[in-house]
Order: sequence, then structure tokens, then C-alpha cells
Amino acid sequence: MPALRQLEADYERLSADPAFQSELSYYLRQYAGRPTPLYFARRLTEHLGGPRIYLKREDLNHTGAHKINNTIGQALLAVKTGKKRVIAETGAGQHGVATATVAALFGLECTVFMGEEDMRRQALNVFRMRMLGADVVAATSGTRTLKDATNEAIRHWVEHVEDTYYIIGSVVGPHPYPRIVRDFQRIIGDETKRQMLEVEGKLPDAVIACVGGGSNAMGMFYPFIEDTSVELIGVEAAGKGLDTEQHAASIGRGRHGVLHGALTYLLQDEFGQVTPAHSISAGLDYPGIGPEHAWLHESGRARYVPITDAEALEAFFLLSRLEGIIPALESAHAVAQAMKEARQRGKDEILVICLSGRGDKDVQQVAELTEGGARHDTH
Amino acid sequence: MTRIEHAFHTGTGKALIPFLMAGDPTFDLSLDLFRAVLAAGADVVEIGIPYSDPLADGPVIQAAAVRALSAGFRLPKAFELAEELRRHTDKALVLFTYVNPLLQYTPERFFRDAKSAGVDGVIVPDLPFEESEAVRATADRFGLALIPLVAPTSDEERVAAICASARGFVYCVSSLGVTGERARFSERLEELVAAARRHASVPVAVGFGVGTPEQARHIASFADGVIVGSAFIRKLEEQLRSAEPNADDPSQRAINTLHRFAASLAEAIHAVPESAGTGANADKGVGER
Repeated sequence: MPALRQLEADYERLSADPAFQSELSYYLRQYAGRPTPLYFARRLTEHLGGPRIYLKREDLNHTGAHKINNTIGQALLAVKTGKKRVIAETGAGQHGVATATVAALFGLECTVFMGEEDMRRQALNVFRMRMLGADVVAATSGTRTLKDATNEAIRHWVEHVEDTYYIIGSVVGPHPYPRIVRDFQRIIGDETKRQMLEVEGKLPDAVIACVGGGSNAMGMFYPFIEDTSVELIGVEAAGKGLDTEQHAASIGRGRHGVLHGALTYLLQDEFGQVTPAHSISAGLDYPGIGPEHAWLHESGRARYVPITDAEALEAFFLLSRLEGIIPALESAHAVAQAMKEARQRGKDEILVICLSGRGDKDVQQVAELTEGGARHDTH
Repeated sequence: MTRIEHAFHTGTGKALIPFLMAGDPTFDLSLDLFRAVLAAGADVVEIGIPYSDPLADGPVIQAAAVRALSAGFRLPKAFELAEELRRHTDKALVLFTYVNPLLQYTPERFFRDAKSAGVDGVIVPDLPFEESEAVRATADRFGLALIPLVAPTSDEERVAAICASARGFVYCVSSLGVTGERARFSERLEELVAAARRHASVPVAVGFGVGTPEQARHIASFADGVIVGSAFIRKLEEQLRSAEPNADDPSQRAINTLHRFAASLAEAIHAVPESAGTGANADKGVGER
């Protein structure tokens, strides 16, 4: 607790400091490549025959996902508070890569905890982290995925709290982390709003984002919360289906519980044992969800819907073949929901999909699932 | 006098507090192991409730939780185990549970069932002091002690606040990090114990990392109680692992081993004279193994 209080105080002070903000914005612009485009997906729009669909291209950030927005911010916090060492947890490896990247950028020592099972599923990202100079430590406990990597990172942090900064990768964990990560990710929604007003002269009717812990979704949603005409749609991984035990739908099927220092929706059994989450995408494979999403759900401001592995895979191919953009399997869940929304909406409406990451990391996995990726028919 | 108070007021007033995991490796054997350490001179036992995500625990206790859960342990079994122990002992029984199982069962139901099983106190390592008031009020209502933890990162102000509402005893964490045997403790440990003693009206025990009788004796020279967990469970693991087909019954060997170890710890701790307690000049470099 004292470390979290200190972090909160440091964050309050630094985030209000114009010099900090200007340094952050310099790195986001010159290093990460922001602003990312808001791209009108013409062929996807025509194919679906409904609303105009835009893609917020977070996949075009340096390292290939929105994760860098947060890691630059938190690495700067680490630097400004005199920490020489950072640690992180990672699921798909995107946050681990983004952390290893900024650790190299700022000359910080870096250790990334990753579930043993995820290291197998996302071997390419393990190589990337190591090439960037990070130490990757396998989490071998529990389900050997993101939840357990987070456990290991927290255990390690508690022991090394005096010289180590913990860069959490999503809007999860104990306060003030969900707020810090949201603040560093809100640039997604802020840019989207500005770009949409420039291009269309009005706000979108709905924004759609996938939710594991929920950082890209929170970044997209947050600036629109007061704009009640904009529907906020969070897409949870339904894995093999909500009626099976293999999904990651914390809101769809979870109950209130405490995980990693936050009270939120949690997949668990009758006696509060956390149950394993499943998703085709390692980045959504988390049995909890950011507490602010739990609030958006309970207040009715955002709607959370399930997309299965199969639906995500279909969307993965559809976007690849219609737009020449291979999405991350995580982001493909948002694309799949847009396909459903398009059927029920008129041509005068506008949808924005947060394309949180690119799919390079998933190419091998998808190839294995689809006989090389050549024989998958899109409809 | 409550059973917890009694534990710190017999003999030299120094209490040995072993931690074992309920249901590890099976319900029946864990029951025998608890009985063995009680018979060997434990003054209080901590009954660990297995949890899928034990954030405060190192690998040894994590593995114990996995064994217990895979053997089918479910939360209500902890009350059953306490009830069985209570039939034959007047020593204090303390449950150790993470907060999520407590919340799912609901504190009301948890404390009611714990009380009727003969439990005296509850430790919730991941319940922050700031969030603890309602849980403590419920525990108070059922006459159970909610035992708080203080860590080397806690400053005097925080230690004071935590100790002011402490029930049963104060659990001082010996070092930063998770449970597990260690060669060294935080340099601030004695200072922390001294601060806790200044502010608490209940005894102060030390846990996390204590693995040998020498370390236990050292801790007992400046604290009122010594909590030992991972070292017991590691010895249990060794006995389970070394099971040879024709050797003695591994369960009986495990019981004997834990009994002997508890007796050696009890001897070390109970040999420390009651007057020891300021700890100001005690040797810090203990337990290099």
C-alpha cells in the first residue's frame, strides 16, 4: 500500500506538470508515430452494406499495438521517480514487447513475466523481447497464462518495490493503476473524436473495442463517456462459447470478485477460486476485467458483448482480404462485432473499430488452425 | 482470557505458530499433520485455506495450495478441519484466507461457520487496512479476531493505525516479498516489531521466511511469537516425494518429521526468557545456511 500511495502522489504531481506532458507527447509523436490514422474502410463498408466503418489504426503504432501509449507514459514515470528497473506482465506479448522497447529507449533494466503457455503460443514476441534486451521469465504456476504472469509480477514487485517500477499493461490491478493506464490510453479516443469531427463533421454512432483487461477499449471509450449519443461497445472473448467453460467473458459470465487488487467482475467458482479463462487470443485470456469497465457496465453506459473464437477468426480473414490489414486476433473480435452491428444499422450511421494491434504475431497460430491460412473462405 | 491471549501467556510467553495448508496433500493427512504440530508444542496453528491465486505466497505454499485443490478441497472443509482439531485441543486456531474466497462465502457466513467450528482468529493477507473496517466489525460481532499484518514498508503512522485496531496479535512480515525461507530478514524488522509493540495492546508475532530453530530463537528474542510455514511444507514435500515402494508409510514419516521439526522450533522459542523483548541489541546476522 505505501508503494501505491507513493505512485499515486508521484503520478498526480507529474501528470500535472507541463514539462512531463510535453516530453510524453514528444515521444508519442516522434517515437511511437502518433497520431495514428482514422481510416475509412471502404471495401469492408461496401461488403457489409451498412454503416460507414472506420478503423482507428492503433496497429500502426511502433511495436504494432496500442500498448506503447501506456508504456511510454509509465516508463517516463519510472525515469522521473528515479527507478532504474522496470518489470511487466504480458499475455500475448504485446505489452511485454512495448515495455522491453521503452526500457531500451530509456536505458532501464527490464524483466517481463509471461505465462509458460503464452510463451509457447507467442514465441515470436518472446524473441522480440529478448532481442530488445529484456529478461523474459516464465510463469509456471496456475494456468500459465496472463493471470499467472500478473501474479508473478506482483510478487516480484512486492519484493523489489524499492528500486523497481511495475509497468502494468492494462486498466487492471490496484488503484491508481487502472486510472494511470486509462489516462495514457485515452489518446486513442481523443484523437478519434478530433479526426471524426474533421472527416465527418459529427461524432460516430458507436465505437467498438475488444476487452481483455480492457486498456484499448477504455482508451477509446473514456473521451466519449459524456457524449451519450455515442454507443460504447466492448467485445469480450467468448472462446468456444459462453455456454462452455472455455471463454474469457468476465462481464458476460463472471461475478463480483477481487483479483490483483481490484474489485471487479471475475470468472470464478462457487467458493471464489479463480477459474481459467480461454480465448484464441492470448491477449484476451484474462479472468477479470478493468474495474472501470465493470462500472460502465453496471451504469449501463457501455454494452459488453461476446464474440467466439470462430467468429474472430472469420473477421481476421475478412479484414485481411478486404482491406489488406491483418489484425491481431484480439482486434479481430472487435471487427467481428462490427460485422454483426452492420447488419442492424443504416447506411447513415458511423461505426469506429479500435484496431488495437496488428496480426503479425498471430500469423503462425492462425496458419496452424486453418491449414496454412489459404483455405479459409470468407463470405 | 481468550485462547489466543492464553497462547502468549503460558510458560515464557513466546508462541510458536506453525502454518500448514488445509487439505495438503489430502484432508485426512493434513488433519494428522496439524495434530502432530500441536502435540509437539505449537501454541497457535494457522490453517491455510488453499487459493488459486495466492499473491502473498512463494512457490512452496503455492504448490501446497495446488495439491490441496487438486485433491478436491473446498472452502467448507476448512471449518470441518478446525472442528475436528477443536475436539482435542484448547490451543488457538487461526484461519488464513485470501480475500476473494472470504467475499464469495460472505464474511457473515464465513465468521459464523468459523466460530461454530471453534476458530479463534482470521488472517486475510490481501485485505488492505483501508478496506478492512467492515470485515473487522463482522468478525468482532462473532467474537473472532481479525489479525492484521504490518510490513517493513509500513511507516510509523501506518503501523500505529493498523495496531490500534489489531485483534488477537499483530503479524509482522519479516521481509519484503512473498512467503518462503530466507537467510536474512529486513534490516528494519526489529524496528518494525518495536514500533508494533509500542502501538499495539496485543502481542506481536513475526512470519515470512523463518525456517530454522536458530532463526526462530533469534526472532523470539525480540517478538512475542514466531510463525513458520514454508519450512514445514517443504519438509512435508520431501517426505511425499521420497516415497519408495517398500519404505515406511510416507504419511507416517511425514507426520513424524513435522512433529520433530515443530518440537525443535518449540524448544528453541520456549527457551527464550520472557524478559527478552526490546531486541535493541540482538544480533541481526542470523540463520546463514
